[in-house]
Amino acid sequence: MAETTTRLELSGITKRFGEVLANDGVSLVARKGEIKALIGENGAGKSTLVKIIYGVQQADAGEMRFEGAHVVVTSPRAARKLGIGMVFQHFSLFEPMTVLENIAIGMDQALDRRKLEREVTAILAAYALPLDIHRHVDTLSVGERQRIEIVRCLLQKPKLLIMDEPTSVLTPQEADQLFDTLRKLASEGCTVLYISHKLNEIKALCASATILRGGRVVGECDPRIETPRRIAEMMIGAELAHVERARGRTPGGARLVVERLSVSTDEPFGTKLEAISFEARAGEILGIAGVAGNGQKELMLALSGETAAPARAVRLDGAAIGSLPPPARRKRGLCALPEERNDHAAVATFSLAENTLLTARERKALSAKGVIKTGAMRDYARRVIDAFKVATTGADAPARSLSGGNLQKFVVGREILQEPQVLVVDQPTWGVDAGAAAAIRQALVDLAGRGSAVILVSQDLDELLSLCDRLYVMNDGRLSRPLTVGEASIEEIGLLMGGVHGQTDKAHARGDHAH
Amino acid sequence: MRIRLEPRKAQSPAALYGAPVAAIALTMLTGMVLFTLMGFRGGTAVFEIFIEPLLEPERWPDIAVKASPLVMIATGLAIGFRANVWNIGAEGQYIVGAIAGTGVALATYGVDGWWVLPLMLLASIIGGAAWAAIPAILRIRLKVSEILTSLMLTYVALQLLYYLVRGPWRDPEGYNFPQTRMFDEAQTMPNLLEGTQLHAGVLLTLIAVLIAWFVMSRTLSGYQVRVVGLAPMAARLGGFSEKRTVMMTMLVSGALAGLAGLIECSATFGQLTPQFPVNYGFTAIIVAFLGRLHPIGVLVGGVALATSYIGADIAQTASALPQAATGLIQAMMLFFLLGVDILVVNRVRLRPSLAQHAP
Repeated sequence: MAETTTRLELSGITKRFGEVLANDGVSLVARKGEIKALIGENGAGKSTLVKIIYGVQQADAGEMRFEGAHVVVTSPRAARKLGIGMVFQHFSLFEPMTVLENIAIGMDQALDRRKLEREVTAILAAYALPLDIHRHVDTLSVGERQRIEIVRCLLQKPKLLIMDEPTSVLTPQEADQLFDTLRKLASEGCTVLYISHKLNEIKALCASATILRGGRVVGECDPRIETPRRIAEMMIGAELAHVERARGRTPGGARLVVERLSVSTDEPFGTKLEAISFEARAGEILGIAGVAGNGQKELMLALSGETAAPARAVRLDGAAIGSLPPPARRKRGLCALPEERNDHAAVATFSLAENTLLTARERKALSAKGVIKTGAMRDYARRVIDAFKVATTGADAPARSLSGGNLQKFVVGREILQEPQVLVVDQPTWGVDAGAAAAIRQALVDLAGRGSAVILVSQDLDELLSLCDRLYVMNDGRLSRPLTVGEASIEEIGLLMGGVHGQTDKAHARGDHAH
Repeated sequence: MRIRLEPRKAQSPAALYGAPVAAIALTMLTGMVLFTLMGFRGGTAVFEIFIEPLLEPERWPDIAVKASPLVMIATGLAIGFRANVWNIGAEGQYIVGAIAGTGVALATYGVDGWWVLPLMLLASIIGGAAWAAIPAILRIRLKVSEILTSLMLTYVALQLLYYLVRGPWRDPEGYNFPQTRMFDEAQTMPNLLEGTQLHAGVLLTLIAVLIAWFVMSRTLSGYQVRVVGLAPMAARLGGFSEKRTVMMTMLVSGALAGLAGLIECSATFGQLTPQFPVNYGFTAIIVAFLGRLHPIGVLVGGVALATSYIGADIAQTASALPQAATGLIQAMMLFFLLGVDILVVNRVRLRPSLAQHAP
């Protein structure tokens, strides 16, 4: 009997990278028509496991059975032949080309354009996916781009669809739409393997979950029954630390004032900032919500000083600093930490000690007259490692040897131990495991508690709502009116994230397919 | 079956430093086979090229003198390469440095003073730096690739040299030979060791290497160069200007090339002649990579290449090897180094091209 309902069966999958066991005897079973969650911290081995299933990497040991037959998947192409599709976190799309052209390029076998168009239109209609196939990709929202990837998979009529953290870039409405599509797919017998950090959505979507920790399966559960807290604890193998938020903080005066900040962009698909105004007060955490690519990156660069602005557009404790370069801003007390850890917030091949020099040399006097103070540099790195419990072999370990969460703790710690008057952070817990995320959030709350202003740019609404006092929503280079956390509803924020402009686009796309 | 290169997760430091050694070993091996096939005693010839000069102490000053300009130029180039600034025109800066220094020499002809030689050296530094500033400005202002402009300016520098020695700077008592007057005593690099070619330029090279090592590993400027080369975004966050780094590294590499040019001109030739540029500026590129773009490594790489120069001279007389063998050996060294480097960074994977269903 089990033979007929089991679609994918893994037993004893093991994969080693150097000294790290990424997968250690992983076994799991996914049945037909099931949405199965794969959850675990960063570095737990989820990505490695699905890459093995999809043929991107080969297991060192273990067996994979698909539809009852023992298979060895040597490439993604072979996986697709078997009926396995995967939607990656990062899309492979050509922005200047249309949706249909992008789909045609991704096909294993070249298909007649008209026939392809018919098939794509049929799939979009069948799954009620709003998408205009003749639009150029650079005009599409992230949710629409993801739909292209999904359509690519559906064209292969997959028996197993792997989704790698699909909602990390979606608005709540777009995520709901995705869930509808996945449920429909499952009802037709397709198996969905769903990777996510967000326990609430796994609860809403999945009937069974496999939990990974340190490359091993540590549990199976029915997420509909377990509490998110219990699942999170299984994931990190320890009692989850609560973020202590000092309720009823009374913010002081304005520390950072941004007034009518407009910045044009020279990137081909960058976002122009238009008359951004806000102020961050002492002792508060100010959130900037929004879907990626709506100007957050440009705002970060303008605040850190990597792009210059008119001097009076950015004022720190009253002083006009908009035209100053990053070191001068840091000296005055404004530290900024960009989203990308690798080769932006830190140099991957440099040691942790050398990485302190990047942004802490001014405030921590790590150099004198142009000569590096090696001892001071190492000491500071060690202080950060100790204070933030960074798991590493020491100050001389290269940054790239750390896991994502640990490197993130290090760079956040590097800024926070400088006690900046204003700290701007972009997605500080993105792709970071639950334990590290909690530690980082706590550190931000504590910094604000000591009287600094913290500006938190994030796409994680739960994070923003649990940490921030007030928040703005960013859409297409503009800021919404300020919302007081506790008064604004998720629906309202979601609508602001989509923007009025996005809504009309969707209505337009729907109209196109209603023939 | 397909052959694929996959990036290695981690590179071992042993492989990184072993690569130049492996490249030299492969060069020796290939040289041996090649020379044997050409009808020479391959083993003996390769021994003469790579080993013999090192065994004979009386050759050591020659190696030092030969290595000196190579190391000095390569030290500057390596700094630029670290920042992804590809100055391929060191040969041109070398020539212009010599021209600038010679200009001072001709202007101070017959003047005796301790300051004459330092002034010549200073002029050569400024000359080389100025010549390198042209591609730097073109890259910064107009985004023109410095690879092309610096290389092309080499040929402009050569023509300038030919013009000067045939025209305004020709030795009035030189029987119309296209060369300048001989430099006088105050304009010549002092000799360090009686009876050898060893001159003070070798000391200047060693000083340059030590300063470069200190700057690259212990100062913010060196940090800036490395960050700009490795992670331009991180450099911006750190507040390091890419443009300033391009300018700084081009000026430094040009200055060192110019200085090497004048030293060679003054110490070895004693005058400016069209024969003096012998592609040290290009050979130094090989030295920089052999030395892993590290000042101390460059010193070792320079000695290795200088040895092969001296050794090729021995092999020419002893084994009747053609002169082209020198160029062949150098080209093979770079070829094998680049090849071995690919294997240090990547690994070769053989993989079947289609899915297999196991029985």
